[in-house]
Amino acid sequence: MIEEQFSIGDSFVHNLDPRVKIIVAIIFSVVVAVSSNFSALLPALVVAVLLILLAKLPVGKVFYRLLLVNGLILFLWFFIPFTFRGDTLFTVGPLVGTKQGVLYASQITLKSNTILLAMIALLATIPISTLGHAMRQLHVPDKVVHLFLFTYRYIHVIFQEYQRLVNAMKMRGFIPKTNIHTYKSYAYLMGILLVRSYDRAERIHKAMLCRGFTGKYYTLSRFSVRTGDLVYLTVMLAAILGLVMLQWRVTI
Amino acid sequence: MHISEGVMSAPVLITGAALAAAGISVGLKKMDSDKIPEVAVLSSVFFVASLIHVPIGPSSVHLIINGINGLLLGWLCFPSILVALTLQAILFQFGGITVLGVNTVNMALPGVICYYLFGRLVSRERRIVSLVAAFSCGFFAVLFSGILVALSLVFTEESFMPVAKLIVLAHMPVMIIEGIITLFCVAFLKRVKPELLGGIYGKGS
Repeated sequence: MIEEQFSIGDSFVHNLDPRVKIIVAIIFSVVVAVSSNFSALLPALVVAVLLILLAKLPVGKVFYRLLLVNGLILFLWFFIPFTFRGDTLFTVGPLVGTKQGVLYASQITLKSNTILLAMIALLATIPISTLGHAMRQLHVPDKVVHLFLFTYRYIHVIFQEYQRLVNAMKMRGFIPKTNIHTYKSYAYLMGILLVRSYDRAERIHKAMLCRGFTGKYYTLSRFSVRTGDLVYLTVMLAAILGLVMLQWRVTI
Repeated sequence: MHISEGVMSAPVLITGAALAAAGISVGLKKMDSDKIPEVAVLSSVFFVASLIHVPIGPSSVHLIINGINGLLLGWLCFPSILVALTLQAILFQFGGITVLGVNTVNMALPGVICYYLFGRLVSRERRIVSLVAAFSCGFFAVLFSGILVALSLVFTEESFMPVAKLIVLAHMPVMIIEGIITLFCVAFLKRVKPELLGGIYGKGS
């Protein structure tokens, strides 16, 4: 259930320096998030799709992922066309859908999916542990990086523990229903997860101290910026600059 | 209760990021390096809880437990929720980079507020006081989160008002379930490991 679906692969994007990918992903997302002009948003979507293709990710899986995370967007589509004031475009019973509303909803949909695609292409293609080290090199506070790496490590352990406990509950004939018994059982499940994880954390910490942990993480992986990375960074920054100019109608 | 990328306006995103940065820096100051493994394990419980679906009528909702998180972690719940949300963004693409600040504040701030409102009451001797406080903690943490999500939407665009109201209303059942779960969870912890509830993580040192 918890797996890094897109992080393993051998493509130009997978082999890029993770720091370059993080920087590009952040700048690209921010620019798209504050854009509102269709003449900038459509090219941005094209760029994002190109990034996915360049990463040679399985299109079906990427598409499925997009469907899953478009829930809120779909929900908004039921409202925005009707709550937005503007020129009438269509009517459903007593409700009036406006042109401005539909345009606004399309704009949000476009922005959301463009950023998602870029995130899948750029961030989801970095293994989490590499991401942690890259974050540290980008001067994210050490404590945050440690917390991030530890949390990722324990998600798997705790999820396994959770599955073990749920299996045990099923063996005893537990069937979740809408009643107090069910909620109580889930609450006790949470409780025992917390207690066990607390004990585990104590053991981990002692074990780490025994091995001489001083609050520093050492890594053998060295990042190096190669020509490919520089070319990629330049091209992407130029593309993003182009989007900015399209959005704010700047002409040279 | 994540807000997706691309929905919020720039001022809301910037305000969210600034508030999150402030909360996280307070949390980091109070977090000794020693405590990182403990906070990490709790952050992962928080992450895993969001994968647990409990039935409600014909449908189901996933647990949020930001009330319990706040109760156990105090201010540390800011960094804790930050990393959990970052992992969700990278692994499942729920949320994302530009909304990370807003989403962190929407989840963690209610946790911190509930820690101050109910933290002391929960560890009281009298069973009834402690249980009512525990229920309120779970209930209000989700309510405040819902209100913050609604506010983020309304500040983005006024015509989001009906959606915002509906989101808060739709979370009513979730609030009750979270309240019940927090109540039983606290009752359980009091019997099994009372020291966890003393806010030992939250105090800092």
